[in-house]
Amino acid sequence: MLLVEQCLNAIQFGLVLFLISAGLTLVFGIMDVINLTHGTLYMIGAFVAATVARTTNSFLLAIAAAVAAIAVLAAVLEAGIIRRIFGRDHMSQVLATFAVVLVMNDAARMIWGPEQLLVKTPQLLSGAVTLFPGFGYSAYRLMIIAVGVAAALLLYVLIEHSRYGQLVRASASNPEMARMMGTNVDRLFAVVFVIGGMLAALAGALLAPIFAVQIGMGDDVLIMAFVTIVIGGLGSVRGAFIGSLIVAAFDTFGRAALPPLLRGVLPPNVASLVGPMLSSISIYVVMAGVLLWKPQGLFPVRA
Amino acid sequence: MEAAGTLSGTGVMVRTRHAGRAVWAVVVICAIAFPWIADFYGFSFYISVATRALAYGIAAVGLNLVLGYGGMGSLGHAAFLGLGAYASAILSTEISNAGAPDWLASVPVIWLAALAVTLIFALLVGALSLRTRGAYFIMITLAFAQMIYFVFISFTRYGGEDGLRAPGHLSLLGLDLGDEKTLYLVALVCAIGAELAVQRLLDSGYGEALIATRESEPRVTALGYSTYRIKLFAFVAGAMLAGLGGAILTELTQFVSPSVMSWQNSGNLMVMVILGGVGRPVAGLIGAIVYILLQELLSTWTEYWSVPLGIFLLVLILFSRTGLSGLLSWRRAS
Repeated sequence: MLLVEQCLNAIQFGLVLFLISAGLTLVFGIMDVINLTHGTLYMIGAFVAATVARTTNSFLLAIAAAVAAIAVLAAVLEAGIIRRIFGRDHMSQVLATFAVVLVMNDAARMIWGPEQLLVKTPQLLSGAVTLFPGFGYSAYRLMIIAVGVAAALLLYVLIEHSRYGQLVRASASNPEMARMMGTNVDRLFAVVFVIGGMLAALAGALLAPIFAVQIGMGDDVLIMAFVTIVIGGLGSVRGAFIGSLIVAAFDTFGRAALPPLLRGVLPPNVASLVGPMLSSISIYVVMAGVLLWKPQGLFPVRA
Repeated sequence: MEAAGTLSGTGVMVRTRHAGRAVWAVVVICAIAFPWIADFYGFSFYISVATRALAYGIAAVGLNLVLGYGGMGSLGHAAFLGLGAYASAILSTEISNAGAPDWLASVPVIWLAALAVTLIFALLVGALSLRTRGAYFIMITLAFAQMIYFVFISFTRYGGEDGLRAPGHLSLLGLDLGDEKTLYLVALVCAIGAELAVQRLLDSGYGEALIATRESEPRVTALGYSTYRIKLFAFVAGAMLAGLGGAILTELTQFVSPSVMSWQNSGNLMVMVILGGVGRPVAGLIGAIVYILLQELLSTWTEYWSVPLGIFLLVLILFSRTGLSGLLSWRRAS
């Protein structure tokens, strides 16, 4: 029972992580831009969703508002800043987007204040669903899994089976060549950047009732997404998908299974010290392992 | 700079070098006199600010070696700052808990031990991260730093998220490091020592090899050097300077919390190096002093000081059209 629940938790977390890392990996893949603002877009998405949910009591409206607001913000960001740092060295991109994070984090603190915002799960989804006799699972989390699967499928169809997706893939694997063949890579990139931001906002809005919405929530997520796309291979959406599931599995089972396991092996005082520590770093150990084995990640895009 | 010197004749070079030395002598004398000047004009508060700037400056000198001269974009440098800070706080806590002899809780013992801890971690992180390059390297150093950050957050024995209070000031040749002027001078000596050591290193054959590696790895490899080892050495040396800066920070605030290692702080260190002029001498110290002073001034003006600071940085980066590599070539041209 517990195992099934943990599996579902891992899948739910993995899908949300995929929503966040898909945009990040494409932005890097197509334009070679390191974008630190992605976590902040996720955070602001969550704040917008929380505000709308609390004032209107409509969860659907909250999600729509978050996604729409971030679409606008991402478009402005792309046109105003990101577009100007194409082709610059990675360090300048890191610094420019770092500066944007500084501004947006404090601006969000100015608007929403330093306290956490709590969001109630929508009435309809607040109970548990009996999956099979004797086992219930949170309806809300099931909904997240459904949305995540739907978004992943949609992205898959878009990227693997549409003309637009073909252009995206071509631009990710060789932007110069794609440009030569007449693709408007800049416009394509702008669209991908905005869609990536919208997916991050969707993730933020979906997680708002589960986690407390607060300043800085985007930072941990950003770094987890980086770990994910490094494992999967920069620029690869499939890599981001597999990477998300791997990271989520190790993180979830690391937290759930490692401490009791260690308690069985080590003396209690050592186990209580090492257990939480090991489980919080498990994903980084996995990343280090993957890099030792394949320095370009599991699904390298560029040869 | 050297090429320019030989072209324009040694006479000019010697003269500029003398002039340069005179300027530096004045700067150092002013720096030594600073705490008394600050006292006299009634802004003694800035003595501890200056000590903090020097501690960050030492870490930034290290990052300038890694980033500016080695061309390695490490976005995890604050982890080593934090490691040095934690190592010194934890060691002195354990020493005072164990009732060990007092001489153990002294600067040479604790700071050297803190440096050794930083060395070990930097070797591990560097050895793994340097298998990759470019964007991967940036993200991986970021990830490892975050890992170390989480280790200390889950270290409940040493305060976890709340941080750890140091048990008291360390001893150093009978000096009272609790006195802010004394600590400032100690930090100043360390900062000047760090800058001179890095300059010395860069003037050596190793320094040539490091800069050559930044410019073209294949060429250096073709000459028979292992660029991996060259880069790893710079990475570890830079990290150890950050560790020293961290130990000074612990001594200054008598407190260390995981937030020192946060990725924003790594970003801050990077900004300092850029402000000072990446890949140029004394960039780390100048950048750290400017950045910390900016932070202080802006935070007295508004609670949301990150907004003007971020906009300032953004303008700086967006309008230096050629980017950071442009700054480097500008230096070479001058």
